[in-house]
Amino acid sequence: MARFTQHSKTAFFFIVPQILVTLLFFIWPACGALLQSLFFSDAFGLHRSFAGLANFIDLFRSADYCQALWVTLLLAGSITFITMALGLALAVLVSGRRTGQQVYKTLLLWPYAVAPAVAAILWRFLFHPTLGWMTHILQAAGVDFNYVIHARQALAVVIMTASWQQFSYNFLFYFAALKMIPRGLIEAAIMDGASAWRRFWQIIFPLLSPTTFFLLTMNLIYSFFDTFGIIHVITNGGPGYSTTTLIYKVYEDGFVGMDSGSASAQSVVLMLLVIGLTLLQFRYLEKKVHYQ
Amino acid sequence: MRSFKASCARICPHVILCIFVAFMFLPLYLAIVAASHDGSTMMHAPLPIWPGTALFSNVKTVLTDGLVATGGEPVARMLLNSFLMAMLVASGKIFLALLSAFALVYFNFPGKRFCFALIFITMMLPVEVRIIPTFQLVASFGWLNSFAGLTLPLMASATATFLFRQFFKTIPGELVDAAKLDGAGPVRFFIDILLPLSKPHIASLFIIMFVYGWNQYLWPLLITTDTNMATIVMGIRYLAGVADQIPQWHYIMTVALIALLPPCLVVVTLQRWFEQGLRE
Repeated sequence: MARFTQHSKTAFFFIVPQILVTLLFFIWPACGALLQSLFFSDAFGLHRSFAGLANFIDLFRSADYCQALWVTLLLAGSITFITMALGLALAVLVSGRRTGQQVYKTLLLWPYAVAPAVAAILWRFLFHPTLGWMTHILQAAGVDFNYVIHARQALAVVIMTASWQQFSYNFLFYFAALKMIPRGLIEAAIMDGASAWRRFWQIIFPLLSPTTFFLLTMNLIYSFFDTFGIIHVITNGGPGYSTTTLIYKVYEDGFVGMDSGSASAQSVVLMLLVIGLTLLQFRYLEKKVHYQ
Repeated sequence: MRSFKASCARICPHVILCIFVAFMFLPLYLAIVAASHDGSTMMHAPLPIWPGTALFSNVKTVLTDGLVATGGEPVARMLLNSFLMAMLVASGKIFLALLSAFALVYFNFPGKRFCFALIFITMMLPVEVRIIPTFQLVASFGWLNSFAGLTLPLMASATATFLFRQFFKTIPGELVDAAKLDGAGPVRFFIDILLPLSKPHIASLFIIMFVYGWNQYLWPLLITTDTNMATIVMGIRYLAGVADQIPQWHYIMTVALIALLPPCLVVVTLQRWFEQGLRE
């Protein structure tokens, strides 16, 4: 690659802004979290004492934290499964149509642009315990529906809202991936007399696996972090702690409870989680480059 | 019989798709219904299922007067804040990414690998996981309730930097040689050759980042305590908080509609760029 070799000083002017922002707002706070997680501190931040790994041990011993972990995994699993299954199914249906593909795509993509918190207020109204339309339909069907009281229903409303919002992303990626599959492969399978069902599972689905893997990690990251707005607006983590996820607990403990030691330890756990997921994804990216 | 089966196979997917699209639009439709009735209709069940006529007066009230529920702050102000925040985040991210990708691709300088690693790490540190120390840092700068505090900590973007780096690498080296022969320095080359070539990428990234900035919730919730600085997406929070005491659902849904309209319009009207940006 041709370069401007004798201008290495100019290079600094170009890279310094990015590095400055990175160091100041990313690296420094991350180190801060690591450091704080090793100390006990009182609510006013006046006294600190070294705690070693005690904050972490306390975390995994506390029933609240383990429940938050369980709730997070449950949410992430459900949201990921629902959005991927629906996204793939709808992408197959739309790409099978001869006309109107573009129209369907436009009609299905807009929820991506709706903020999680805004999606949450829309669904909260639909499931409002006394006024909501959905509540009336459910009650007419004989369900005693009140998500403010029933833990499972609260979880279901959160999953529903998140899936509604995240569906578009999955749909778009699967749709694009389906378009990339060479027609010849499908036609060859038809010639061999493979049924539509076999064609899908034995040819199309394996070819989609890079997309599936990519979406898997993206959906997990979405469910871990972006559901905060939804939970904050719809359930406030309740009833009880039934919809308190890991990120919601960081917020509760750090900004409402002012326990910065424990909250920082929780941040560090989350950081490790994201690092793990990102590294996984990069292994996938490397693979993709190899096969091209 | 055969033709019945064939036509069924043709119609069925269409019907399923239509039902699903209708389901996706359901919350939006019912929000419009709620936003177009007056307060007394929206206070007791059963709620109407057809739109009313009060939409424009509701929008006007919300935009100009604000509500008791939001602390009397007109939504127009929040809209402006949201717009500024989204623009600043999007252009800041792209600006930083363009500059650093340029430095990484076209120059050799000491510590280059280290810089690359630093930028790579930001990918693993979304604002949510470093939220407490970042908040403390911004607070210690005295940047609470300011646009600097709102936008700067969201600005570094590894994805955008990698995208531009990847793109710059595909630009033939002959262009650099030609520019050098013509006596153009690196700055000149960047402005006159690289920027115009990057336009499509800039456009598609801008859309993604704009939506990202507009839809931020947790960060503005922490950084803005002054209602003057509230963004519209987090303004929903004030409404949701008092929704059970003062049922003003017709206003709440009007605000929700106003909050979701700009990013949706951007995505739908610039769909081609948006899809390209997503896939990169």
